[in-house]
Order: sequence, then structure tokens, then C-alpha cells
Amino acid sequence: MIWNPDAEQADPKDMRQHQIENLRKLVELVYNRVPFYKKKFDQANIKPEDIKTLEDIQKIPFTTKNELRETYPYGLVATDMEEIVELHASSGTTGTPVVDAYTEKDIDIWSDSMARTLSMAGATHKDIIQNAFGYGLFTGGLGVHYGARRMGAHIVPISAGNTQRQIAVMRDFGVSILTCTPSYSLYLAEAAKEMGVDFNKLKLRAGCFGAEPWSNDMRLEIEDKLSISAHDIYGLTEIIGPGVSAECEAKNGLHINEDYFYPEVINSETGEALPEGEKGELVFTTLTRTGTPILRYRTRDITYLFRDKCSCGRTTIKMHRLYGRNDDMMIIRGVNVFPSQIEEILVQIEGTEPHYQIILSRGENHLDEIGIEVEVMESFFSDETRKMEELRKKITETVKSRLGISARIKLVEPKTIVRSEGKAKRVIDKRKI
Amino acid sequence: MPINQISVFLENKSGRLAEVTKVLAEAEINIRAMTIADTADFGILRIVVNNTDKACQAFEKNGFTVRITKVLGIEIEDKPGGLHKVMEIFKENGVSIEYLYASIEGNKHPVVIFKVEDIELGLQIAKRNSLVTVSDL
Repeated sequence: MIWNPDAEQADPKDMRQHQIENLRKLVELVYNRVPFYKKKFDQANIKPEDIKTLEDIQKIPFTTKNELRETYPYGLVATDMEEIVELHASSGTTGTPVVDAYTEKDIDIWSDSMARTLSMAGATHKDIIQNAFGYGLFTGGLGVHYGARRMGAHIVPISAGNTQRQIAVMRDFGVSILTCTPSYSLYLAEAAKEMGVDFNKLKLRAGCFGAEPWSNDMRLEIEDKLSISAHDIYGLTEIIGPGVSAECEAKNGLHINEDYFYPEVINSETGEALPEGEKGELVFTTLTRTGTPILRYRTRDITYLFRDKCSCGRTTIKMHRLYGRNDDMMIIRGVNVFPSQIEEILVQIEGTEPHYQIILSRGENHLDEIGIEVEVMESFFSDETRKMEELRKKITETVKSRLGISARIKLVEPKTIVRSEGKAKRVIDKRKI
Repeated sequence: MPINQISVFLENKSGRLAEVTKVLAEAEINIRAMTIADTADFGILRIVVNNTDKACQAFEKNGFTVRITKVLGIEIEDKPGGLHKVMEIFKENGVSIEYLYASIEGNKHPVVIFKVEDIELGLQIAKRNSLVTVSDL
């Protein structure tokens, strides 16, 4: 069923009208309320009234993740603080995370977007939805929660982890929809097998999976092992969280909730806007948000936009499932990590910059694993194994507490890590995505 | 006088130790004492050689991470209780031992290599108790 036909089946002409009206309002709002944007506009020598058509959006400078960090924590809030009802923050960043502040209206937008997302996977108010996305500052848990509540479905807020309990709940509660990371769904399938639980006999029939990269092959594997229909969902904390776009039953691209989140695809070198069908970097503008609205945010995700006559009946613009990213950000079990963050930790512990390499793999249990190989230098080499083990433990613990990921640290001999053109390749991704 | 021990960091992979012995053989270095401490991932080779400076240069040239550590070499009487006598002296005088190993041979008596927490204290206690310390092997 289509949750919000007015938006999801709007005539594209009407949609454009809605978008330009809201863009004008947005520009006016941020220019007057957010010094960060006023400064950007002034530097680019543009005024809110210069934005007359949708194409005029190209005059507006982009917003980057680094700029968002510089405004930490409340620099982008476009309303009185008493209007803010909820705060979230991006995962796994050192020191300065990106804060998303929601007004009641933003929560309403989020709930509606997520109700649309769940509906695209076939969910209705009669479904029992097991939400295995983590609850907390991470947007995954509460995003799904609000969508399920909006639909009037039964939400099981089990959060992430505790796998055996997840399976027992799924079986005993008669869960019909699962939401989690794609790799965790495969892990659940393995664990269920060990517990003697047969997915064919469960009521589970669909799943919404996101927060990490996955391939169409992985979808087929999930669909086979869990006997469900698996749907890709997309979102990011900077924009709202999950709910930006999702796959309907056609599974041919993700419908973007473009009445809320205006998409563009740009050439990431030149910043020039690309036409539909051309691959580039995805950029979003939150047309209707009031807490922390954002203009032309560079997601670093690579895809292209297209419109087709979708068999589901929705008319919204689509994005192809992601091709990857144009920066070195890694997504490990839903946690975003940059190699530079790992480097910072190593430098702090050892007092020097060691040669290191990050190895990403997907283990037998289908969960992402991260290994960090650190070349042993004289500055921290000891003749005592105990001291070397302590060092390894300290790196492991610091990575865990700062970045929220469990990494396997391996101390290796100098020159083990291949240098290419004098510079080491920092990340080796062995995951089959 | 303490002895200069060379420690070499080694990954646990086959053939690695042979690389070390090759470096030493080619540099014409004689090994006088050695031990290896290993964990699941890596090992630390500790050796005493006849020419420490030359050995270190050879290791560094071949890309090994090495470290010089001062250790005690103490002559042990070659009879039951010989090592125990030294251990008792160290215990009574608070000389804390990190690890120890035997050398290949001494001049007259066997020599045991001690890595102690406080090398100065170790030397003092050895001297005061008339233990014979050797400065090279």
C-alpha cells in the first residue's frame, strides 16, 4: 500500500511547484536564522530573492560534513531552542559528531517518511515489526520506531544485539517485518539455524535493511536464507536519518521522498549539476525541515537519479542503489569511520605516526570485521612480550571506546605494508559487496 | 658490566627465523645466547652476539625492528642448586626478574642471562654477593 499517495503519487509538475515554494521559504528561513548560511550566501554574493526557480538552487554553495562539524553543537539550528524536541548525532566520529536537532514538525516529517518506507516493504498497521536497529543517538532505531508508530503497527523495540533473544522473539511474537543492517540479517539466519529455527515456518515476510553498503547478490542471499522480501533503505543523520529513500516491491531503485528531501547529483570534481541518468555525488536539500535544515549537503555517496513508470504506482524520483562513496569513509556494522580517526588514535598512543593498514572483511558469520595492522617501530618496540601485548590491548580498547568498533589489532614487521608511490594504501576492503 | 642484548620483532610466519639467521650468517656474526618469546601473532627473538654493533647494523639494513637491552650475564656453578643460589640472592634483595635464559656456553662455567627490572640494582647485588658477572660472551 502507498502510505502517502498525495506525495508519492503526485504529478511531477505539482511536485516541482511544491519544491520551489518550499525551497524559497527554506532559503529565507536559513538566511535570517542561521549565521552560518547567511555568511555563505554573502560570500557567494547571493540573496534569498535570487532563488526563483528550482534551477537557481545551483547558485547556492554546498554544505560539507566538515562544515557541519564546525558548527557543533547547535550552530545550524534554525529555530528557538525550546522548539527542539529531540537530538541525534552521527555515529563513530572523534570529538565532534554531527548533531541533528528535530522540532515536532521534523519528527512528523520523519514519521511520515518512515511510514512510507515501511509501506514500501509491504508493511501495514497489522504487522509486527521487529526493530533491530540500535536505539540511541544513532538515528536507525528511533527512525523505524516513529514510522511504525505512525502506521499503527506493532513495534518490537528490541534494538541491536542479543541474537538468540532476537530469534526467540521473532518466533514467539509472530514477527512479520524485520529492520536491521543487511549483514546482521544474515547473522540472524545462521544463528537461527543453530537454534533449530526454520525461517520457512516463521511469519517473517519482509525486511528493511540499510546503514551499510550491500549488493544485489547479498539481497538474493538474504531473501533465500530468511524466506523474505528484502528492501534497501537509505538515509543519513545529516538529513534526517533513515527515511530519505527506499525500495518498493519493484526493487528497481529507491524512491526518494522528494517532497521533503530535494536530490541533486553533481560532478564531485567540478560541483556542476548532472542530468538524470548520469552518475555522480548525491546532494540533498531538506525542503521542509525546521530544526536543522540543510542546504545542498554533499553526501559523498555515488549514484544517479532517474524517473520511470514504476509498477508500484509511485511517481517520485528514484536513485539507483549506491555504487559506493567518493571519500575514504568506511561503514562497519552501521558505524561510520574514517581512516584518519584510526590514525589519530595510533599517533596518540605511540607518540609517532606508524605505518598501518586497515583490512575490512566479512566474516563467516556475515558480519563486517575490521583488522588494523600496525608496523612495529623502534619507538614502541619492547623486548618484553607483556609490554607488546599491553600496547595491542590499549589500541584495541581505545578504538572501541572512541569509535565504537571492535577491531582486531595485529602488530606486524616494518615494511610489511605495501607502499605505493611512497604512500601506503590505508584501506583494503575484502568484503564482497 | 651488563651485556647488550639485541631484541628482534618477528611476525609468526614461516621462514622468518631463517631470515634472521641468514642476516647474521652473512654478516659473520656468532650467536652466543638466544631465546624466543612467542604469542599468537608475533615473537620476540632475544640474542647475545659477539659483535652487537655490527649485528644491529645488519638487522637495520634488512628492515628489522631491533632494540638493545642491557641484561646481566651471571656465571652459574655447574652443579645441582647452582641456579637456585643466584635466584635466592635476587629474591632476598628484591631484584625483580623479567625473564632469563641460558647461554650457549661460558668461558669456564655456564652463563645465565637475566633481564631484571632494575639493572643497576642487579649489578650491585651481584657484586656484593660475589657473583661473577660477564660483560661479553
